[in-house]
Amino acid sequence: MLGQSLLKIRPAISVLRSYSSAAKQMTVREALNSALDEEMSADPKVFLMGEEVGEYQGAYKISKGLLEKYGPERVLDTPITEAGFAGIGVGAAYYGLKPVVEFMTFNFSMQAIDHIINSAAKSNYMSAGQMSVPIVFRGPNGAAAGVGAQHSQCYASWYASCPGLKVLSPYSSEDARGLLKAAIRDPDPVVFLENELLYGESFPVSDEVLDSSFCLPIGKAKIERKGKDVTITAFSKMVGYALKAAEILEKEGIDAEVINLRSIRPLDRSTINASVRKTNRLITVEEGFPQHGVGAEICASVVEESFAYLDAPVERIAGADVPMPYAANLERMAVPQVEDIVRAAKRACYRVVPLAAAA
Amino acid sequence: MASWGRRSSGMVHHIKALSKVELRGKAGEMKGGWWRYPLQPGVASALVPRSWPCVNTMASLFLVQRFKSSLPQKQVEDDDGDQDLDFPGGKVAYTSEMKFISGSYDKRIPCYRVLGDDGELIKDGSDFEKVNKELAVKMYSDMVCLQIMDTFMYEAQRQGRISFYMTSFGEEAATISSAAALTKDDIILPQYREPGALLWRGFTLQEFVNQCFGNKDDGGKGRQMPVHYGSSKHNFVTVSSPIATQLPQAAGMAYSLKMDKKDACVVAFIGDGGTSEGDFHAGLNFAAVMEAPVIFVCRNNGWAISTPTSDQFRSDGVVVKGQAYGIPSIRVDGTDALAVYSAIRAARSMAINEQRPVLVESLAYRVGHHSTSDDSTKYRSLNEIEHWKTDRDPVNKFRKWVELNGWWSERDEADLRSSIKKQLLKAIQVAEGMEKPPLTELFTDVYDLPPSNLIEQEKLLRQIVNKYPRDFPSDVSLH
Repeated sequence: MLGQSLLKIRPAISVLRSYSSAAKQMTVREALNSALDEEMSADPKVFLMGEEVGEYQGAYKISKGLLEKYGPERVLDTPITEAGFAGIGVGAAYYGLKPVVEFMTFNFSMQAIDHIINSAAKSNYMSAGQMSVPIVFRGPNGAAAGVGAQHSQCYASWYASCPGLKVLSPYSSEDARGLLKAAIRDPDPVVFLENELLYGESFPVSDEVLDSSFCLPIGKAKIERKGKDVTITAFSKMVGYALKAAEILEKEGIDAEVINLRSIRPLDRSTINASVRKTNRLITVEEGFPQHGVGAEICASVVEESFAYLDAPVERIAGADVPMPYAANLERMAVPQVEDIVRAAKRACYRVVPLAAAA
Repeated sequence: MASWGRRSSGMVHHIKALSKVELRGKAGEMKGGWWRYPLQPGVASALVPRSWPCVNTMASLFLVQRFKSSLPQKQVEDDDGDQDLDFPGGKVAYTSEMKFISGSYDKRIPCYRVLGDDGELIKDGSDFEKVNKELAVKMYSDMVCLQIMDTFMYEAQRQGRISFYMTSFGEEAATISSAAALTKDDIILPQYREPGALLWRGFTLQEFVNQCFGNKDDGGKGRQMPVHYGSSKHNFVTVSSPIATQLPQAAGMAYSLKMDKKDACVVAFIGDGGTSEGDFHAGLNFAAVMEAPVIFVCRNNGWAISTPTSDQFRSDGVVVKGQAYGIPSIRVDGTDALAVYSAIRAARSMAINEQRPVLVESLAYRVGHHSTSDDSTKYRSLNEIEHWKTDRDPVNKFRKWVELNGWWSERDEADLRSSIKKQLLKAIQVAEGMEKPPLTELFTDVYDLPPSNLIEQEKLLRQIVNKYPRDFPSDVSLH
């Protein structure tokens, strides 16, 4: 767990500050596994389906032990057809079951996207409330390491633009447990975006988090680190980067407030705006492509609601506007790094006076 | 199987001793008696004389070994009748005769029917499910009702009173008889040309018309375009425009019914064109693997808008595809109400008692245009349309049979038709004059509970509407 790699100790320590009396450590993988286990145990209508979720214990071992515990009727190994099993999941949900559909990566969800949007997201509305779809689509999202263009795209903004869906993206183990439980219990279709590189990361968890009734509210962001000089919003893996950037900024006298969005749709606009009204500066961080991204929506929201409070233009940090390259050096250049966040925050803090017109 | 395993390990020993062959990968790793890592084909062929018929590489290597160490004997292995290939998925017999399964058919799968074109039972003891007077009269009345409703609503669209409509001409028996053969607990997932099934289950003319006009009494709250009916009360899943998405959904629903051990099945409709979609494959394949109680009814009406079936597939229609998935299938005359009724009854019993999917291909020509946005005379001959409209009309055919049984008269016919027309005209008049759904319904049902952003948007919209009432339609209630 903790001993997995030195690199991973640092975020755990920096996160420790935000948790009270952290006793146990839990990896995100264990968090997701325990959440699935508890929800399946509590409600017989919940079942899991996806490629390799059963016998193989899950492509990323998230569903380890579940087939053994619940049997093949509750943990279904599906043939290779995302469109097929997404449709089947939706059909089961129409009838009243609560499927948790796993995509090996959200890149493959594109083959099923018609079912996610047209069969799941829009059904309650189109049927005038007669057909609800209590389904969860989950899986790793965004870049891993060295997996190339077709395995590295972030789908947060795609799904978050669609009414009828709820889109969640956890960072820590607490997030993973609380949000997955909330997603499974929610009567609406939820897209649950995990991150492959976070699965093995350990986070401290309190007793409250470990309780089987623990649940986080959907639509509320978390302030991971309080600050007063600049607001940095992020989700999933980028929260860790933002926190590291905040450490570096602290040494240079800039007190950054880091917001872990947790929920991309609905977006917690009130928390974000309240923070911006306090700090007057905003940096949005995401891994995905810049155009029409999550940061663009946050920026628009802040401009609409807190324009008078801004002391600097809003900056978006996003992935490079290219399909993800494979070569390690190019890949590193194509995703945001801690240094990018630090530089952006500094820019936001020094740009106090608007540039004189035609000086 | 055990003997095969022994022979193989002996072979490995010999091959290693020979050290002529370099085995690629992990040689000798055996699981359950079959070779995991095959030898390089080039190497194998070098060892085997071309004259030997080779079933597979391993057999040929074995031949080589024996050829070397003992007197040459006639090898009977290839023709060995009792040697099977033990492969994942089950045993399969070998053959040394190279034969391709033909892609075309000399004899097409025959079409099951009960009534002749004249409405009389086909003489040679047709086996069918008997239908009593009450059932027959309801089936016939509903078919007439559907035809008249289609005629009126098509005209309404042409007059600009509704935006869109799709008729079921030619397929009245296919949908109504199917529904008649089911119980009210069986869940129907339609494509879009099955209002007949909904009519059978009790959806009223007023409800149909309300949906087409999208008024405040529409069960769908004016959310969908015309003919996209749905009613959870009638176990009829709301019509969804993307083609064939209902097939994997049907498999999922049937699986849920199976888990609940209900005495019910799912019936999913699809057209001939829809069988080209990827979801057709996923739906049927999955239903078979999951052993789900679902009846797939393919309404093969010969046309997918302007695409004839000859451009859609090259198989013998859709019925033959069932076997490829391990699904029992039947081809039935979709213009024959009794045949459809019998076939669906049998299919239902199979699906529920054996917990497996069934495929029914119904052949019934699409007499009408694809929809009001289509003019089918542009791509097919008027003669063809006329022929199916008059000589092969399913409603007329069934009427003849019902009359022959003494269950129906001219008087009944006249009464029924005038009654339906009156009801329909009234329904259209009422629906047209009715208010549209209230503004609140713009924002409800997006989620289970309305989220804060939509509550805000609604508030804002109401403020604007109150401020500039003249800019907004007057037939939308603000309550």
